[in-house]
Amino acid sequence: MAVGLTLIFGVMRVVNFAHGDMMVWGMYLAWLLAARAGIDPYASFAVCATVLFALGWGVQRGLVQRIVDAPHEMQILLMLGVALILENLALLLFGPEPVRVRSALGALTWYLGPLYVDVARLVTFVVAVALTLALAAFLRRTDLGRTIRAAADNPYGARVVGIDVPRVYAVAFGIGAACVGAAGALTAPVLPFQPALGLSASVVSFNIVIIGGMGSLLGAFVGGLLVSVAESLGAVFLRPSLKELVSFSLLIVILLLRPAGLFGRRTP
Amino acid sequence: MTWLALGGLAVLAVLPAVLGPYALSVFINILFYAYLGQAWNIVGGYAGQLSVGHAAFVGIGGYTAAVLAAETGLTPWVGMLAGGALAAVLGGVIGYLGFRFGLRGFYFVLLTVAFAEVCRIVASNWERVGGAVGLYITFTGDPRQMQFQDDRAWYYIALALTALATAIVWGMERRRFGIYLTAIREDETACEALGVPTFRHKLGAMVLSSFLTGLAGTFYAYRYSSLQPGAVFGIPLSVEIVIRPIVGGAGTLLGPIVGSFILTPLAELSRAWFGQGGWHGAHLIVYGVLLVAVVLFLPQGAVPVLGRLVRRAAP
Repeated sequence: MAVGLTLIFGVMRVVNFAHGDMMVWGMYLAWLLAARAGIDPYASFAVCATVLFALGWGVQRGLVQRIVDAPHEMQILLMLGVALILENLALLLFGPEPVRVRSALGALTWYLGPLYVDVARLVTFVVAVALTLALAAFLRRTDLGRTIRAAADNPYGARVVGIDVPRVYAVAFGIGAACVGAAGALTAPVLPFQPALGLSASVVSFNIVIIGGMGSLLGAFVGGLLVSVAESLGAVFLRPSLKELVSFSLLIVILLLRPAGLFGRRTP
Repeated sequence: MTWLALGGLAVLAVLPAVLGPYALSVFINILFYAYLGQAWNIVGGYAGQLSVGHAAFVGIGGYTAAVLAAETGLTPWVGMLAGGALAAVLGGVIGYLGFRFGLRGFYFVLLTVAFAEVCRIVASNWERVGGAVGLYITFTGDPRQMQFQDDRAWYYIALALTALATAIVWGMERRRFGIYLTAIREDETACEALGVPTFRHKLGAMVLSSFLTGLAGTFYAYRYSSLQPGAVFGIPLSVEIVIRPIVGGAGTLLGPIVGSFILTPLAELSRAWFGQGGWHGAHLIVYGVLLVAVVLFLPQGAVPVLGRLVRRAAP
């Protein structure tokens, strides 16, 4: 999901504080589809991604585009407002109790010698890798992907050569939101969730993106791995409840020493 | 202007005589959040350094006073200052790191959030200060222990704090310090080029702001007789602190107060209304909508608009 965030930030320099809440909406959507229509979340993630794409497009067109030239602070506040709305709307509609989506894959476990592998987690991981690669290919190989990167590099220049920059922004925001929607649906069977998860999910993905480097897909991916490994190590060597401390300390160190992140190219 | 301020203060001073217990508690909240907003305003409004980690200072201040009182029997009236001082130290550290390494905008926001979260995690894992359960303060009703039978005492403390912070900001606006801060907010590069010591001034603003916020921590701890890590260090409290001055007008003297008078009753009302129907979280939706609306339509906040209206009405 950090990949989605990095796309939104990388392209538009807009900080999406509502990111985690969009993911939570993806999760609840998967939950609704599973509970009402009996669709397995591993099939419905495409639907969730589509719906979130529309949401992201709408937020960009309706709100962010109006202040795209305003100072960063205003955008942060705007997205904070959107985050509050989304999170508490979820709270109103779905209630505060954690829920969990059942998937046919959830009960399966493979034994590989001494290791045992949780199939649901494995599938989630594989699909996440596949989506990241697909997105990277999309940005490099297709025309639309190239226009997105062009608008990111130099919005003025992009306008000069006839790119409809606001539309490209909306598409990029939509794709970013679609990524989190898919991520939400994919993690829904692995992780019990509740509306309050949104904020911490946003903070975690900011960690990942900053550590990996703003606007770099590879960075987002490596950052994600680094943060989870660091947290697991922290849980083993310190105390499970202290594991977040490790990632926040890592964040502070990275912010101070290399604010562009491990894979970021430009300095902020 | 001075007469208007004194008049407002006088009205607020006699107000508890006519308020019922519920209205009184709402007014305590209004003043308390106006105070927090004013403290934030120094660094977030005037200096333009958006901190979304001010809850850390509330927490540090509250915990310091409460732990000192529990372990050494120190009265919270002194503990309050100690808490403020410790919060100022933390503010100094955050400010030093953030400004020395030149973090701006979003990066600074994230730095403050990260520090607040680290504080929250440390507090909830440190058994000496109560761990995840938090600290509870035994109620004795002894004013020397900052405990009162009568809520009006809290009202006057909150009023005094708000007046103090507003007076400080008022004085700041008139001195070089405040003018430099505004200049830094408007164009930091130009300030540096003109030889304004930007680093020192931003750091000063951060320390002052965190000291005042730390004082509020003790107020919070003793008014509610309890401290939970999630409540006093959490991001939601930071948002509560930030949103009032933004709505009222960041970087204006009256912004935090006006913002608190608009938002606090709104939050209380919608909490009471929707809470009855089991619609929890509705008041946060109201916040969200308001935040979006303010950013889109009133980026300067309510105070400049009100000022223009007043001037038009009374030429």
